[in-house]
Amino acid sequence: MKILVAVKRVIDYNVQIRVKEDGSGVVTDNVKMSTNPPDDNAIEEAVKIKEAGKAKEIVAITIGEEKAQETVRKALAVGADRGIHVKVDNVIEPLAVSKILKKIVEKENPDLVFMGKQAIDDDCNQTGQMLAALLNWPQATFASKIEVKDNALEVTREIDEGLETIEVNVPAIVTCDLRLNEPRYASLPNIMKAKKKPIEQLNASDLGVDINPRIEQIKVEEPPKRKAGIKVASVEELVQKLKNEAKVI
Amino acid sequence: MSVLLIAEHNNKEVRPFTYNAITAASQINEDLHVLVLGHQADDVAKSLSEVPNVKKVIHVDNKIYENYIAENYTAAIIKHAESYSHIVSSANTFGKNLMPRIAALLDTSQVSDIIKVISEDTFLRPIYAGNAFATVKSNDKKKCVTIRPTSFDPADKSGGSAEITKSDPAEASSSTKFLKKEEVKSDRPELGTARIVISGGRGMQKGENFKLISDIADKLNAAIGASRAAVDAGYITNDHQVGQTGKVVVPDLYIAVGISGAIQHLAGMKESKVIVAINKDGEAPIFSVADYGLEADLFEALPQFLSELNKLNTIQK
Repeated sequence: MKILVAVKRVIDYNVQIRVKEDGSGVVTDNVKMSTNPPDDNAIEEAVKIKEAGKAKEIVAITIGEEKAQETVRKALAVGADRGIHVKVDNVIEPLAVSKILKKIVEKENPDLVFMGKQAIDDDCNQTGQMLAALLNWPQATFASKIEVKDNALEVTREIDEGLETIEVNVPAIVTCDLRLNEPRYASLPNIMKAKKKPIEQLNASDLGVDINPRIEQIKVEEPPKRKAGIKVASVEELVQKLKNEAKVI
Repeated sequence: MSVLLIAEHNNKEVRPFTYNAITAASQINEDLHVLVLGHQADDVAKSLSEVPNVKKVIHVDNKIYENYIAENYTAAIIKHAESYSHIVSSANTFGKNLMPRIAALLDTSQVSDIIKVISEDTFLRPIYAGNAFATVKSNDKKKCVTIRPTSFDPADKSGGSAEITKSDPAEASSSTKFLKKEEVKSDRPELGTARIVISGGRGMQKGENFKLISDIADKLNAAIGASRAAVDAGYITNDHQVGQTGKVVVPDLYIAVGISGAIQHLAGMKESKVIVAINKDGEAPIFSVADYGLEADLFEALPQFLSELNKLNTIQK
């Protein structure tokens, strides 16, 4: 089996987001960037499947500016075999991302495509499902457990009510939840080895897909601030405040 | 211009967030139709026809819609999409799984998780775990929108009498099979709609200690939440998780116990009306959003909290 894993470069999850004063977006200059956290789970799962002898090759792909390549390099360091970097200059919408991924899937013919369930920057939660639709493949979203069977996957999904288990035939798209596994750290020798693994570079404009934005971002602003609260000295005082001041109990 | 809302239900009852989505959908346009895809879900169709904001209910009854298989749902929705300017659903795991599949087939760029309807094409939505709000305008002819349910009040449930029309199913997918659902049954209010939520974090130290939380939840008729750390550590099941990738809650009272307040947890609860934090680390970030902070050991504070509640003559339920 061949697995394609899509990874995205985003502002690191520990960074306190700052909104630009002109309302055009958030500050990204000199801000620490990392792989989107659930994309790390997607890579880890692919590597585990390969280690179990059930996959032959893992290809990591990212779409983004020049530096997005770092994300692919990191995937190579934890076990992906080779990389693809599709260059775009601006931020593109999930629909455009899924159209690019479709082109790559048609070229690479993977049996499975893995990615994180949601990117923590735009919080859209769309790309995997959209790619599945465009390819007319089954989708298993929000996966917290994957069992590889003959030509099928049994996937446990995290849903509002608890857990749901479905079976999807291969080829399929899986979007990964943070609880799917514990992503490993790359060892120094593997980081060195990853530098020699090939990354193919493509330009989105050469793929013949429409990536023009359909959604206009009119403005980005800070959310309303909560007013500062108080510290209470005892449980007694807390209950009294909740009863008589906040009137919520 | 009409709006088609995809109902979420369990074939017997309408799931509560559908009513919040109805409120948002009817703000987009008053000509709101609801699509019920289900198996023997006549009661669901009937309930929705009684919602005053709903102008028409389309009911498709077939075994293939008994469970939420996005592939099967999508095929049926696409059949009806032609006549509508907007397709909407709630932005919970139901709508998040389903809507992008519809949007891609309609060649529409979806607007996810809106918290305000500004006009029929312009919406407010949180990005970066709610640390920024973006105003976005969709220029697609047909719009696919998911709605953050807790940002809209539920619609009135009775007084209306919309027409119910039956429609034929679409083809079923053969590549996806539903196997099972492990639903956690509870007599407590649902986390997403509860008036009071009490949540535990890593500070609870082990699963059994959530008994301290559930005793208080029983007393206050509250739902029980948890931080991702508590779920990851196996203290409690995933359906309790509050946060960026869990549930977003907006109760009247949110009590965070032994939760440090990571950005991704705050994303799920910081719009709550009143926030209480109980933590022994006075520097924990949770205190920055708390209206009432108590710096204390939770293993002493929780039993005291329960006994103080027991002293009260009345407790709002």
